[in-house]
Amino acid sequence: MTGAPLQRTPFYAHHVAAGGKLVPFAGWEMPVQFSTVMAEHKAVRERAGVFDISHMGQVWVAGPAARAFLQKLVTNDVGALPPGRGVYALLCKPDGGVIDDLYIYCLETDRFLVIVNASRAAVDIKWMKENLSGDAMLIDQPQAAALALQGPSAAKIMGHFSADALALPKNGVAELTIEGNELVVARTGYTGEDGFEIFSPAGHLLQFYPSLLKRGSDYGLIPCGLGARDTLRLEMGYRLYGNDLDEHHSALEAGLGWAVKFGKGDFIGRDSLYNEKTKGSHRKFIGLRLADRGVPRHGCPIVLDGKGVGEVTSGTFSPSLNIGIAVGYVEAERFPAGAVRAAVRIHERDIPADVVVPPFYKKS
Amino acid sequence: MDPLQLRFTQSHEWIAPDGTVGISDHAQHEITDVVFVELPKTGRAVKAKESCAIVESVKAAFDIYAPVAGSVIAVNDAVVKNPAVVNQAPYEGGWLYKIAMSNPAERDGLMTHAQYQEFIKTAAH
Repeated sequence: MTGAPLQRTPFYAHHVAAGGKLVPFAGWEMPVQFSTVMAEHKAVRERAGVFDISHMGQVWVAGPAARAFLQKLVTNDVGALPPGRGVYALLCKPDGGVIDDLYIYCLETDRFLVIVNASRAAVDIKWMKENLSGDAMLIDQPQAAALALQGPSAAKIMGHFSADALALPKNGVAELTIEGNELVVARTGYTGEDGFEIFSPAGHLLQFYPSLLKRGSDYGLIPCGLGARDTLRLEMGYRLYGNDLDEHHSALEAGLGWAVKFGKGDFIGRDSLYNEKTKGSHRKFIGLRLADRGVPRHGCPIVLDGKGVGEVTSGTFSPSLNIGIAVGYVEAERFPAGAVRAAVRIHERDIPADVVVPPFYKKS
Repeated sequence: MDPLQLRFTQSHEWIAPDGTVGISDHAQHEITDVVFVELPKTGRAVKAKESCAIVESVKAAFDIYAPVAGSVIAVNDAVVKNPAVVNQAPYEGGWLYKIAMSNPAERDGLMTHAQYQEFIKTAAH
């Protein structure tokens, strides 16, 4: 394989200066950690952390037909999404397989910002263009920047810059001018903590970043890498595209039925998904909390009564719970609904695990 | 243990004159937070460069190889219970297991502390 040169986010120089360990991720050169995954994870759970998420795709969808286009395109209900709100949704193939999971923010009644996974941006945009109809306009913003400010102190930090940001409800979004920079600020995140995701054309957020770090340092804010982002999201059971979601598993198999709204009318994948809902899914997405030492990893077999019944799609040591946690798919007919105990095969040993419905981590 | 008395492998294990084995300070630093350690059973015969323990961080698992041939005569249960000790004291409380060496001269063929320092400077990261 001839690897294309890795892309760098606008914050690249900041990451290098801050001692970030940079690794290739979905075609980007991204910081995996600055100090250690454990320290960054704990900072986000206890204080605050900031992540560079500029690698994620930002696509604006606008025009009189924008809403109808998105409503047809994704599984969740965009029809009723009011300006100032965001919603999680899935982009599905006609057979129900997941092309991507994304966040749709409604800024105005006919203007939306869609945030997609870096690894899927090209596929998504192609798919969107193929399905574009009517007076909807698609504007890909390849030079965009984005930050996620996450943690119990995130609100106090943002409050210093903008009362409007502080006033945002969960899943709220607004276009704000902060220190002269035009930013889209949303009360969302991928960590399970309170926080904000901030999107902008590159220059504006780059100007805001030093102010954010300086102000945040009073609250223990530190830059965090993809390593902690992964342990934080997995403690919440949030899916990671490419691990837990792909085109070969349906939105329902992935346990994301809550984001599939059959009542809203037609959308791509509806027929297949409705059929699956009626007849039952072949596979089931489960959470496993290890009852003994061991670190489950992607690809570890899930075992029930000594037999392999599925595979771990994401696993880690949970820094908050001090035990191994995993999610993965099991074959529905080999995994009874009431099963409360299974095992994960790690280094050829079956480590017992409790079957749980994520989130693994709950705020006390 | 005095690091200057230890011998080191290219796979970043150390072995003391008495056969005690651990991972280098450089290795623990590269691995970062150790969250899981699996050790061999006492009595197990090992060949040089045979994988016989596992050290895991949040992100990845690392095989730990026997620096020399011999048999495992002791293991450090303390690091199994509290893996962070491997980070905190790689040359002291963070030791992993102890080998009765089949041929103690084999240890002399490994890198000295000074040679190892040079090795990690030149080895590609």
